[in-house]
Amino acid sequence: MSEINAEQVAHLANLARIALTEEEIEHLTAELRQIMQAVEKVSEVATPDVPPTSHPIPMQNVFRDDVVGDVLTVEQALSGAPESDGSRFVVSAILGEEQ
Amino acid sequence: MSEHLVRLTAAELGERLASGDVSSVEATRAHLDRIAAVDGAVHAFLHVDGERALETAAAVDRRRTAGESLGPLAGVPIAIKDVLVTEGMPSTAGSRILEGWVPPYDATPVRKVREAGMIPLGKTNMDEFAMGSSTEHSAYGPTYNPWDLERIPGGSGGGSAASVAAFEAPLALGSDTGGSIRQPAHVTGTVGVKPTYGAVSRYGSIALASSLDQVGPVTRTVLDAALLQDVIAGHDPLDSTSIPEAWPSMAEAVRRADVAGLRIGVVKQLDSDGFQAGVRSRFHEALELLERNGAEIVEVSAPHFEYSIAAYYLILPAEASSNLAKFDSVRFGLRVTPEGGGTVEQVMGATREAGFGPEVKRRIILGTYALSAGYYDAYYGSAQKVRTLVQRDFDAAFAKVDVLATPTAPTTAFKLGEKLDDPLAMYLNDVATIPANLAGVPGISVPVGLAPEDGLPVGIQFLAPAREDARLYNVGAALERLLVEQWGGPLLDRAPDLSSHEMAAAEEGVV
Repeated sequence: MSEINAEQVAHLANLARIALTEEEIEHLTAELRQIMQAVEKVSEVATPDVPPTSHPIPMQNVFRDDVVGDVLTVEQALSGAPESDGSRFVVSAILGEEQ
Repeated sequence: MSEHLVRLTAAELGERLASGDVSSVEATRAHLDRIAAVDGAVHAFLHVDGERALETAAAVDRRRTAGESLGPLAGVPIAIKDVLVTEGMPSTAGSRILEGWVPPYDATPVRKVREAGMIPLGKTNMDEFAMGSSTEHSAYGPTYNPWDLERIPGGSGGGSAASVAAFEAPLALGSDTGGSIRQPAHVTGTVGVKPTYGAVSRYGSIALASSLDQVGPVTRTVLDAALLQDVIAGHDPLDSTSIPEAWPSMAEAVRRADVAGLRIGVVKQLDSDGFQAGVRSRFHEALELLERNGAEIVEVSAPHFEYSIAAYYLILPAEASSNLAKFDSVRFGLRVTPEGGGTVEQVMGATREAGFGPEVKRRIILGTYALSAGYYDAYYGSAQKVRTLVQRDFDAAFAKVDVLATPTAPTTAFKLGEKLDDPLAMYLNDVATIPANLAGVPGISVPVGLAPEDGLPVGIQFLAPAREDARLYNVGAALERLLVEQWGGPLLDRAPDLSSHEMAAAEEGVV
């Protein structure tokens, strides 16, 4: 498989919303190369005839009655927010100036 | 008096409390005193709430005096891994991004512990978001192994394991995604159990990898672990992966422990030169002891276990990268606004850059990569196939034997800093514990002695089929009984006395 490069790491960091520094990107690129080399081992045995397992204990869909449960109050839900107006979370601007 | 109280097991303390011999306030104060004396050196706790603990203890004492019938652990203090959210107590999961966050609700295992009348003392240290095997990735500094303060206490639940090993709490709650309960037990001479996936609710456990995480007991004896699992296990409608069936009593399995006729499979691939000599020799001595007492030891093969670490380090980062997306500077935790302001995306980027440590960033980027279009099938898809193969290995083995045995980890406690700059070397610590998480089966680590070459604790791991947790308690308790008889007392009696730190603390006026 193709080797991961710094440009890709910068792109992934942007997708993951982590403003990595140049130095971190450089460091991570080398580490991820090493880690990816080790984990690529899975392809040795992951042949087409093997079904994937996503969940260790097989379960059917789990439903509950569609009724309001014992939920947090607005005050509780907002209690840990960095910024709120008393009834809603306050976020920074969604659009930048150029948008 | 107070020194004596902290040496009791949870079961013994529970009995003394029930007989009226000791009050919960006395027991709680004894543990708070011990924390004040030694935690400066051990750093097992991130937060201690002595005042509320004593109030809770007084309330339990009043209920007992009023004649109320209470459970076996009522009035017994407990430490809680900081990955579990606790109403009224800060919950950080060892991360800067959640510094000071006080959740408005309790995780289900915490609620159950409170309902059982247990006394939460505080929150224990851990690798940030449970990513690590040494607690060195905690944003709040490492925990130190009570056996040797220059060494790691294991991870991610090093704080919980160290707190019970240092007699700061009789027992603790942990969580295990790839060995975070069992490996710390191994390096601290304590007992740790990862129950069957779905046995204990994950509601309120800050998720690392949802298909692998499981909450479980951290204790000094197998009976204490059983009593705690009996408290925290059971169906929870708030966790859709929670197993609906009722569980038999694990404490009962401990009391009836007997290995006569038990078939124990030794996993050939995890009994190799890759394991430290003293870890292997103690492991084999334990097996011989079990054999002399009627167990049958059989070699079994699990050819796909060697792919477990590779699969794990694709599945875990993939799930973690999704789970950690919730730390977005909006609903809880840190918010960092770039100089001169910024859009919500720039604020998120700056917040996550400042709030996450290097290991968390590494795994989020790794997970984002493994899930990227074009790579998904090759990485995440292949890892899920390995998961099937590991499950098949377990199925084949359990067709021949009742339980499996392996050393819990390849080495005894290593020095702080030794593997910090080599993520791959750190990941190899979990070679024996990861297969159980991939397959959802339960595992226990029980102390089997000290490695002759370094005098540090060694654990044996037993694994059982899903839903057969009682088998672990059976074999673990039987082995513990035989070993303690042979040793003339518990292994932790041989741990260094931390009282010199107590004296130093007293001189500095801390106590």
